[in-house]
Amino acid sequence: MPVTSLELLREWVYRQTPDHAEWLDAQYARLSESANECDLHLFLGLAPRRLGKQDLALSPADLALANRAYPGWNPSGWSLDGAARIAALLTFRGPRPFPDTFQDLVRTADARELITLYRGLALYSQAESLTFEVGEGLRSNMRAVFESIVHRNPYPRDHFDEHRWNHIVLKALFIGSRLGPIVGLDQRANAELARILLDYAQERWAAGRQVSPELWRCIGPFAESVSAYEALQRALAGTSDERGAATLALTASDTPSARTLLLTTPDTTALVAEGRINWDNLTLQEAA
Amino acid sequence: MFIDPHAHMVSRTTDDYEAMAAAGIVALVEPAFWVGQPRTFVGTYVDYLSSLVGWERFRAGQFGIRHYCTIGLNSKEANNEALAEGVMEWLPRFAMKEGVVAIGEIGYDEQTPLEDKYFRAQLTLAKELELPVMVHTPHRDKKRGTSRSMDVCEEMGLDPSWVVIDHNNEETVRETLDRGYWAGFSIYPSTKMGNARMVELLKQYGGDRIIVDSACDWGISDCLGVPKTAQLALESGISESVVRRVTYENALTVYGKSGQMQASDWLDPDPIDQRTLFEGNSILRGGRDPLVETAPTRRRDNLLIE
Repeated sequence: MPVTSLELLREWVYRQTPDHAEWLDAQYARLSESANECDLHLFLGLAPRRLGKQDLALSPADLALANRAYPGWNPSGWSLDGAARIAALLTFRGPRPFPDTFQDLVRTADARELITLYRGLALYSQAESLTFEVGEGLRSNMRAVFESIVHRNPYPRDHFDEHRWNHIVLKALFIGSRLGPIVGLDQRANAELARILLDYAQERWAAGRQVSPELWRCIGPFAESVSAYEALQRALAGTSDERGAATLALTASDTPSARTLLLTTPDTTALVAEGRINWDNLTLQEAA
Repeated sequence: MFIDPHAHMVSRTTDDYEAMAAAGIVALVEPAFWVGQPRTFVGTYVDYLSSLVGWERFRAGQFGIRHYCTIGLNSKEANNEALAEGVMEWLPRFAMKEGVVAIGEIGYDEQTPLEDKYFRAQLTLAKELELPVMVHTPHRDKKRGTSRSMDVCEEMGLDPSWVVIDHNNEETVRETLDRGYWAGFSIYPSTKMGNARMVELLKQYGGDRIIVDSACDWGISDCLGVPKTAQLALESGISESVVRRVTYENALTVYGKSGQMQASDWLDPDPIDQRTLFEGNSILRGGRDPLVETAPTRRRDNLLIE
């Protein structure tokens, strides 16, 4: 049974496009031996042209194997050519250290290619040395590029310091991106982040704007230390999603003050206790 | 539905994108060009090429417009030999990127030996990579410069049906068409072609191998050159099929030869990760009719900024 991420990627690519097996064999063989970066550029350019850009077809079993090969790795939403390209990067043995090669690839990448390059971050050798390029991607105004680093990608969880971690959560909120798909969101929660997000919520409210209910997920465990009860009370009085989120946050907080607040919303608190409201379903979905 | 096959969007605002989308432009081609200020480092040129395949494509997608580009070393900057040599080394990599539909815009400005050298080198590259070519014809000594551009294309063994000779006028169009090239016309106020003149040309030449573009850039130019010309042509009795060919189909045919541009890109976007780079165009399915009047007037009429 395949165990490494490279073996999985290659298996999925070959399975989905058996007609190209011979071409892929030749390409990967060359990339694993040759020291020529032109071969890599050529393959990256040809992969979408030859293989097409359709979604990578993955079963739940495949996703489970991915998670076993690298905990937190979730390739759902990857494309076929993207998987083939990342397999090429993992196969490539070039003349320079991988981070140098990667820097050069990012510098000249087209928009879709950039997303692919970043999706593979956690899997690359010397992944910890890619900090600069990752920073460039996070600063991007292309939302899909930012999300290729922070969504369904274990790289931030494993390699970001607290400052950068907090920054990506805040930026995700700023640009209207989801927090749920961030790998390690609960694990990496911290009091500083809770404080930043509480400030952010109050700033938004002062401007007459809404805040994403997902924000309370990062505040809940630190509600006491950052004095978030008043804000949570306000969220409880908001939309049904906000009420669900605030109830979940207060439940996670589990302090005397939190329990007192929860008494004001017994129905939602019960639904949280039953698991019928959770961070993926903030409002009870009635069966049709 | 229109395609503007020559638009320098790095020099344009979001108001322009909104107006173009509202007027029915579904796709555009942004040729690599001279940005007004000469680049004196290879690196700044490389970053510019990166922005054509990266950031600008994303920006266009936000307005529901599919963005393609051409990659090349323009004739003005070909005269800086150190820069030109450096840029030439990078061109093959960029030419292989997604959405690159041609080598261009290349050709002559002052018709110097260096311009000639890099024009020829890039024609060779286009042949090797099997990409169409977009040729910029010079403003000065235009007629001879245009003939010479075609002479050189033929010397270098290019198939005219893969080459767009752009910025034509009444004086150059006959030869361009007779020699089998695509004839581009840039509807650009004062210096290139007006749309009333363009309508006269369509009456005379019909729609075969003629392509209308705006060439809008950092100068006084009109990003609605294509839809406005279409509207004027229809009002002047030019047939719908001719208008459709010169403002949509012909550009798609020649740049589609790259394998990087097809109508399904905007009519039926793939359910892939590209979905995140393209917002879709709500007016898309609605209309072929030019809608230049509906272009937003936000700047003037909207007092509130929220």
